[in-house]
Amino acid sequence: MGRIPNVWYKVLAVLLVSYVLIYGLLINIPTDVGILDETIRNLFYHVPMWFGMMLILLAAWINSIIYLNKPSVKRDVYATELTNVGILMGFCGLFTGMFWAYNTWGTPWTADPKLNGVAAGMTMYGGYWLIGRSIADNEKRARISAVFNVFIFPLFIALIYVMPKLSKFSIHPASGDTVNFKTYNNADNKQLMEVVFYPAVIGWTLLFVWIAELRTRLSLIKIQKKNEENHSKHIIS
Amino acid sequence: MKKITLSILFLSTVFALAAQPESQESIMRSSGKIYVVVGIIAIIFILIAIYLFRLDRKISDLENKNK
Repeated sequence: MGRIPNVWYKVLAVLLVSYVLIYGLLINIPTDVGILDETIRNLFYHVPMWFGMMLILLAAWINSIIYLNKPSVKRDVYATELTNVGILMGFCGLFTGMFWAYNTWGTPWTADPKLNGVAAGMTMYGGYWLIGRSIADNEKRARISAVFNVFIFPLFIALIYVMPKLSKFSIHPASGDTVNFKTYNNADNKQLMEVVFYPAVIGWTLLFVWIAELRTRLSLIKIQKKNEENHSKHIIS
Repeated sequence: MKKITLSILFLSTVFALAAQPESQESIMRSSGKIYVVVGIIAIIFILIAIYLFRLDRKISDLENKNK
């Protein structure tokens, strides 16, 4: 069997996520979180999906910029696969958020600045996904995808992070006039939620980076195979 | 390698459980049954992790074959 490259970040991801899954359910949480009650534990599962998504899409964005400066198959594959996994994380965040909303706000979707921003933002990444599948010429596709990605990532962050923060009213935590979890770090809450939350962000992100790495390597193998086939066809004809 | 990884994993589980203070029982732990759920989640995640490590190795094999 082959060796596993970069094995340490993968082990770290598994350790951190195990810790988060276990300790996130057992840690004492603040009792004054209103209608959230025990569901405040979703801070360790729902929120890291969005944080991780933003980090992974940032990495994809950087790869797209590098690609435009100096085109290479590797950078195109990195950007594409990181974006794909970023979108997957976004859907994880979206569906967990809808389920959480249904059980606390009583509805899976409301016209909140945060939710509207996400709907618009995810549509742009839907456009990215479509471009990747609608242009036959691979070099053209890579170039257009990269340009599109360079434009949509800053817009996406503005829509899902900056605009909700600047809005006047919101029912989503840490957006508009609402508070974030740090507000509940008071004196009588001896166990801080940070001890699970920050490892959760790192662990979940690394876990999805791992999936992106696997997809990237498979993609590169496929491209290599295709090139070899084309090459052998030339020799035969 | 896998054995070391696994043992570290199980150790981390034990540490996480041992880190619980006895006082101030939260509603999640009042009946003691939440540990069953935590155990099941841990088992599922450990199996997923092993599966991912094996998948990673298979892809490594493919890469080596293509070289």
